[in-house]
This record gives sequence, structure tokens and C-alpha cells, in this order.
Amino acid sequence: MAKKISILIVDDEESVRDSLYNWFIEDGYRVECAENAKKALIMLESDQFDIILADIKMPGMDGLEMLRRIKAFRKESIVIVMTAFATVDTAVKALKDGAFDYVTKPFDPDDLTHLIRNATKQISLVEENETLKKHVVSLESVEDLIGNSEGMKNVLREVESVAQTNSSVIITGESGTGKELVARAIHANSPRKFFPFVSVHCGALTESLLESELFGHEKGAFTGAMYNRKGRFEMADSGSIFLDEIATISTKMQVELLRVLESKTFIRVGGNKEISSDFRVICATNRDLKHMVEKGLFREDLFYRLNVVNIHIPPLRERIEDIPLLVEYFISKYCTTMNKPMVTIDPAAMKRLQEFNFPGNIRELENMIERAIVVGDGKKIRMKDLPLEKTIVTTTAESLDDFEKSFILQILSKYNWNISRTAKALKVDRVTLYHKIKKYDLKPADQQ
Amino acid sequence: MNLQNITLISFGYFERDFLEKTAEAVQHEFQYAVNIKEGHIDLSEYYDPARRQYNGNMLLKQVDTFTFPESVKIIGLFNVDLFIPILTFIFGQALLGGRTGIASLYRFSNERYGMTGNDQIQLDRFKKMVIHELGHTFGMTHCHTPTCVMRSSTYVEDLDQKEQHFCIHCRPRLEKTF
Repeated sequence: MAKKISILIVDDEESVRDSLYNWFIEDGYRVECAENAKKALIMLESDQFDIILADIKMPGMDGLEMLRRIKAFRKESIVIVMTAFATVDTAVKALKDGAFDYVTKPFDPDDLTHLIRNATKQISLVEENETLKKHVVSLESVEDLIGNSEGMKNVLREVESVAQTNSSVIITGESGTGKELVARAIHANSPRKFFPFVSVHCGALTESLLESELFGHEKGAFTGAMYNRKGRFEMADSGSIFLDEIATISTKMQVELLRVLESKTFIRVGGNKEISSDFRVICATNRDLKHMVEKGLFREDLFYRLNVVNIHIPPLRERIEDIPLLVEYFISKYCTTMNKPMVTIDPAAMKRLQEFNFPGNIRELENMIERAIVVGDGKKIRMKDLPLEKTIVTTTAESLDDFEKSFILQILSKYNWNISRTAKALKVDRVTLYHKIKKYDLKPADQQ
Repeated sequence: MNLQNITLISFGYFERDFLEKTAEAVQHEFQYAVNIKEGHIDLSEYYDPARRQYNGNMLLKQVDTFTFPESVKIIGLFNVDLFIPILTFIFGQALLGGRTGIASLYRFSNERYGMTGNDQIQLDRFKKMVIHELGHTFGMTHCHTPTCVMRSSTYVEDLDQKEQHFCIHCRPRLEKTF
């Protein structure tokens, strides 16, 4: 038993209280007794019990009145009523008033065992449900959006303020900046959080497929449509729908989408029945939608319908101060998932990561860390574990000299300052490399 | 071997051999010497005519009044149908972490369930019940391991499923109490 279940026995007969007490104590429960309803209610004010087993017929306040009072201040309490004089009326009354079960004394030992087992199962289901809800929320909460930079703080502020509304949101940002994560955070912090979050990748589907995906289809609507199928709008009822890469949808789909957003009703492909669904729309794009509107590539009315709130996620290169936090987060994430001991990162490797421009943004950083954990020595992520050499653009290169300096340093680091190997990789002789090191005053990271 | 012992007191008729075999199993399981005694009480005082059964709570209290200087635990053995006010019947009961328990042979014979009698099965059930109740007196609560003697049994079939030994989880807990 993970948690010790507590039971309160309320009965005016001492022999009944003693019998039940002995029975439950042998099962490892925490058991307390009260000889009347009044005493039980006093005990319940200062102590919580998972299960209350109460007799109906007691002098003073009877079990049914006590049940009503308990339910009034602690609705989730599990109350089982017992009686020596079973009538259908009292049973119905007790169950209507919220009793978990109703038993007639004396009962079979096996019935008592089952009764308590069912009650404890109910308790664990409720607890499990609560834990799962908390887990789902924490998985997709704003806290999962990592960043301490001013840019990310703005995003977090916007997410929190927009989450409580029902407004449409467009999330903009380069590929890999975490647009879907922001969309999920909006959903997870909204009153719709316990309803579905449905994600559609518009760019990955052809026009006809997207239509069927969004609106659903009726059996026989097209070749291969063997069964009726719910569309994503229908699935997102009471929740949120996330339309990724919204800029890629065709003009025809833009018209359809506008109509659905205005009426919140649609018809399945091949169907004739109007279906309504209550959903919130969150879109994302890495393109400049306003520019597309000016060029006539995206409908202006749809743009304004979607662009009630715009959240822009800055690229990673504009918030390099977030890189250490993100690295730490991904190390923890992947070491846990791969069941490996936690690794650290070499300061030189971290410095190089902060110099890198990350065209693929956070997704690229995440992949790098995942790979480094797989190929690394299991203790520390070093420069050699990071595939940084293929990208030679640095954020600090403002001249050819800067570029050369940075590039040579990068290759030197890759070969752990082995001059011969670095010279070979750079296709220059060792003397030239020494000249360059002297010229740019290059030093290993740990000597800087 | 411990100098103190466990006493099994029989109330009513029991075969000597039956009691000795039970005592042997108890001794093996608890590593205490086991005394077999005969007790005499007027069972009619504990009889409930309305239920046609014997009050287990009252009998437990009565057995608890018996004193044997060297005995750490006492189990009263009966051959009558036991009940407690809230339940239709019990096989036995004990004071958790206390000194005394009771067990009854009454419901352990196959014949009561319309089956062919089997002395060995009856003896095995009784041994398990006595060891189970003694376990309670040593502070052991019910165990979920299907074969553990401390598993709760509300039917004789449940008793048949388990063994007369403590499982690997209960054994160390029991030994800590010695």
C-alpha cells in the first residue's frame, strides 16, 4: 500500500466499532472510531479520513444527516453507510445524498474486503487523475519555455496574458524557435487546458488532404474514404487547434478557413450536415504574412481574422544568454530519457555554442546536445562532441580577418590544439599556422 | 532456540496428533518452543442463539485472561463457528501486536462445502490460520503476496492458495520483532 488509507468508523455499538477496528487494523489501515455523529464531525474538522464507515441508526444525529453534512464541506469524502435494517428507501436516499455504498449488517468478510478495495481503488483513481492533470499542465506550462533573455521574457508575458482570452493568435519566428511549444503553453494555461490541443501541419499536406484533415469526410466522399472520419476542427471542440505553417495554404483553403473561423461551423467533405465546434485558433508561420498580404498571396481578411494577437519568438542568435539554460535543460532531458548519468559541459564547448549562429535555432541546439550525449564519454560534453565545424559563420565576424581568426580557432579547438592535425585540416603548413596564431594572438580557451 | 514459548490452548475436542502437527508447524515458522494445553470454558456463555454462532470478540477477551508465565503468545483453538458483530463469520482473529489470538477449525472441513473430506487439507488450513493469527500478535499486518501466510483469507479457497510460510517481505519484518 503506497499511502496508508485512513478509515473512520462511526457506530454507537462498541462491539461493532471494535470488530471493524480490529479487522481494518490487521489490513494495515489507519483506523479511528467515533461513537456518534457529533463526535465524528468534530474529528473530521481536525483530521482527514479517506473512508468513513457510518451506521445509519444512531442516537442524536443519524448517519444520513451526518452524510449530508460531510458531503457539504468535503464533497470528495467516501462515505459508506451501514444499517441493520435494510430498506430500499433508505438505501436510495443514502446513495442520492452521495454515499459511496450501502451495506447491511452483518456482512460477509469477503464483501467487506471488496467494499474497502473498491473504495481505495476510487481514492487512487481520483489521486491518479489529479496527478496526471498536474503532470499534463506542468509538461506544457510556460515554465517549459526556457529563457531568461529580455526577448523570451516578453514572449512569456504575452503567452500568459493571451492564454486567458479566446483571441486568435499568430506566432511568428524562424524555424526551430519553438512556435508549437508556445502554442501548447497558451493552450495549457487557458481555460481550455483539459480539452484537446490539436495540431495540424498545413505545409505537409496537399490541398485536398488538408481539406479532409480539417473538416473530416463522409464515407464514400472520395476513393479510399471507407469510413466516416472526424476532422481536426471537430476534434478540437472545446480545445485549441494549432495550424502550423499557415502561410502555405492555398487561396481556396484560405476562403474555406475564413468561413469556418467566422461561423465556427463546417460540413464534412462529401457530407451535407452542418457541424459546429467551439475551438480556439493558434497559427504559426516563419514567413512575413503582412508582406504576403501586400503581394496578394494571402487574404487580407483572413490575416486580420487570425492576427488578433501576434507573438514573435526571437531567433536563438539574438538571445545567446539563453544558451546555457537551454543546454542545461537539454542535458537533463536527454540524460534522463536515455537513462544516463548527468553530464556537464566543458566551458570551452559552451563558449563555442554561444558563438555559433544556430540557423536551425533551438531545434538545432537540441539535436546537438542529444548527439553529444550519445557520442560523448558520458561525463563531459567537449568541443569534439559538438558538430560545429561545418558552419563557419560566426556572429562576431565583421571583417575577413575576424572571420579567419574565428575559423582557425574553431579548427584548433576541434583538434585540441594539435598543430599538425589542425594545419592538415586547414590545408596549410605548420609555419603558416604558427604565424596566424601569433598574428591573432590565439590561445586555448582555458588559457584565455 | 528461544527460552520463551508459544502456547496453543485447545477448547473442545481435538485429536492429539492434529495438535502436535500444528504445533510443529508453528515452531518451525516462529522458532519458539510450542506448548500444547487444554483449556476449559463454558462455551454456552459465548453462544448467540439468534446467530447460532459463538462471539469471537468475547472469546478472544476470555482467552486473553489465561496466563502462562513463559509464553509470549497464546492462541485459543476452537471447533465452533465464530462471528463478530459486524461480520457473518470469522476463521479467527487476534490482537494486533498483542499477546492473544483465536482460530477455529469449524469452517475448514471440505464436507461443509459439499466436497469429499480431506484431513490433510483441513490440517493445512488450520496450520495456516494459526500461523496467520500468531503473525498478527507479532504485529504483522496483511500482506498482498499471494502465497504469503499473512495474506488475508475470507474463503477456505483463499487459504488453500497460500503457503504456511512468511514471504520474503514479511519474514525480515517478523524477525525484527523477535
